[in-house]
Amino acid sequence: MKYFIFALLFLPFFVQAQDKKAEHDFELELEGEYRYFFSDGQFDHQDKHYPSLALRPKYSVTWNEGEDAFHFKGFFRWDKDIKRTHGDIRELYYQKAKNQWELSVGIKKIYWGVTESNHLVDIINTTDLVESFDGEKKFGQPMVHFSYMTNHIGTFDFFYLPYFRKQIFPGEKARLRYSIIIEDDAIPFESSQETAHQDFAVRWSNSISIFDIGLSYFKGTGREPFFNSDGEGNLVVIYPINSQTGLDVQATTGPVLWKVETIMRNNTFQEMRAFTGGLEYTLGNVGNSGMDIGLLAEYSYDNRGDWALNALQDDLFAGGRFAFNDINSSEVLIGAMMDLEKSSKIYSIEASRRIKNSLKIELEGRFFSNIDPKELILSNFKEDSFLRFTVFKYF
Amino acid sequence: MKKLLIIAFLGLFLMIESFAQSAEQKGLEIAKKAEKADLGFGSTTVKLKMVLKNKNGQVSERLLTTRTLELDVDGDKSLITFESPKDVKGTSTLTFTHKVGSDDQWLYLPAIKRVKRISSSNKSGPFMGSEFAYEDLSSQEIEKYTYKYLETKGDLVLVEQYPVDPKSGYTRRVITYNQAKGYRIEKAVFYDRKNSKLKTLTYTDYKLYEQKHWRAGVFEMVNHQSNKETRLIFSDYDFSAKLTETDFTQNALKRSGN
Repeated sequence: MKYFIFALLFLPFFVQAQDKKAEHDFELELEGEYRYFFSDGQFDHQDKHYPSLALRPKYSVTWNEGEDAFHFKGFFRWDKDIKRTHGDIRELYYQKAKNQWELSVGIKKIYWGVTESNHLVDIINTTDLVESFDGEKKFGQPMVHFSYMTNHIGTFDFFYLPYFRKQIFPGEKARLRYSIIIEDDAIPFESSQETAHQDFAVRWSNSISIFDIGLSYFKGTGREPFFNSDGEGNLVVIYPINSQTGLDVQATTGPVLWKVETIMRNNTFQEMRAFTGGLEYTLGNVGNSGMDIGLLAEYSYDNRGDWALNALQDDLFAGGRFAFNDINSSEVLIGAMMDLEKSSKIYSIEASRRIKNSLKIELEGRFFSNIDPKELILSNFKEDSFLRFTVFKYF
Repeated sequence: MKKLLIIAFLGLFLMIESFAQSAEQKGLEIAKKAEKADLGFGSTTVKLKMVLKNKNGQVSERLLTTRTLELDVDGDKSLITFESPKDVKGTSTLTFTHKVGSDDQWLYLPAIKRVKRISSSNKSGPFMGSEFAYEDLSSQEIEKYTYKYLETKGDLVLVEQYPVDPKSGYTRRVITYNQAKGYRIEKAVFYDRKNSKLKTLTYTDYKLYEQKHWRAGVFEMVNHQSNKETRLIFSDYDFSAKLTETDFTQNALKRSGN
């Protein structure tokens, strides 16, 4: 594995010699972040102020008239929490595309799915838990990915995933952590091959008139550990071998997008079923102001109940997205996640705006309200309402 | 005798009929001639600089690449990729224009590698804060308008066009064709839903490609109501790329944004 990555790193130099018309592109993104938590933490060693710095170098080269490409995207973050101080190779892969097929070899990120408030079918990459609250940041996943587009019956994607990336759980100094500190390396695996278990996935997707459909199957190490109680009050945590079938469908009817994601996950310990569905209604150019308002409503169900790690076992999300379509690409997303069985609610705001050609600011707020003491997951975060202010500088 | 009378009567009737329809038919014919004159471009790639100017004269720029595939049975396909500002670099859209009905459109968000099918019903909204609405930049298909010929001034022919789609931001637009130059468009004047003059788009810096295809080097859109301006400056027009349907797929969309 390591030798392979090492070999890939030399690929651009090889390209340089081969093709004088190759297009090189280097970029660097610098991020300054400041998170402020309104209340004192409920656990020891937690703080209220969290300044942090992140770096994202990016390099791409394409040659052979775009048929061949090499991509690299690195990441490093410094933070007060030693576990959040972490680095990752987000992308490092070679890609060959020819007519109807595409082959990628290396570390890559894949996204599947259609819903906004929950991402059930998206299974290939492990979530970078310490990086963001919404779970949309992922670790780079080593893979061989072959994609074949047929003329009439959609696209088939095949994935060979030779190595698993373990989750990083927050450390002692972190907010948004559990009462106990989970040691990443202490979590056992169901398979004796551990991270070297050979995983596979396949996906069929097609766009037929108003429908965009994806059907996927995954067999391999669960991208999140299985959590439960052994009945005597002890916590059981293990990475199982999952087989998971996922279906995602979107119907685009005029200004309304109808969305459904559903999964069936089976392993030695559980038969998990989960569903997210809802709609997004866009009012374009409201009152000729140029602003678009998107109204979102989604319902999530998870049969793991209180053990659903994202705590979306029977929840309703309602939100509004305001895209101002101005020169600075200003955007605001507000939302509320409401538990339909308990009193728990999470309110959120995400806003962003460009201030100069290579400078962007972002604001994120998460507010935990009336968190039910019976919540197994969310009760750990009940004092963790925060505001996050971020500045991005692009070089 | 009776037969002759019927024929004569029918002839007269047809003549009246054709006079009555002539403004509409003539308008449609000119639009068809303009489309026919540009048939057979196959595919193009072009680099685009968008210069936005607000009413105080402050300027901001963005760079895009546009790929277009000509199709005759249905509308054209296009793939637009943002190169700058850097925070939106790689953001791309794939559009399948349909002659009848709404277009299919997908958006690629490179930060999370997500392809999202988006609603194409919002035609009148501004494209990236510019004075161009989405409908100004989408592929111009004959079926999307009804027509009325206005007048001819030397080589210039003026045709009024009425959008078929009720969601359009315009009641009408007046297009100036140049019949001496392959019916290329010299100017377009847009009228809002209240039928007041909204915008004027002027096409300049025309060049002839492949001895047949006129392409303007500069589009200049002036909004008369807000006094804002957007200039589109085209460069590196390439008619030789020989793009095919496989260059206009969701996989191609992802590749263009990575």
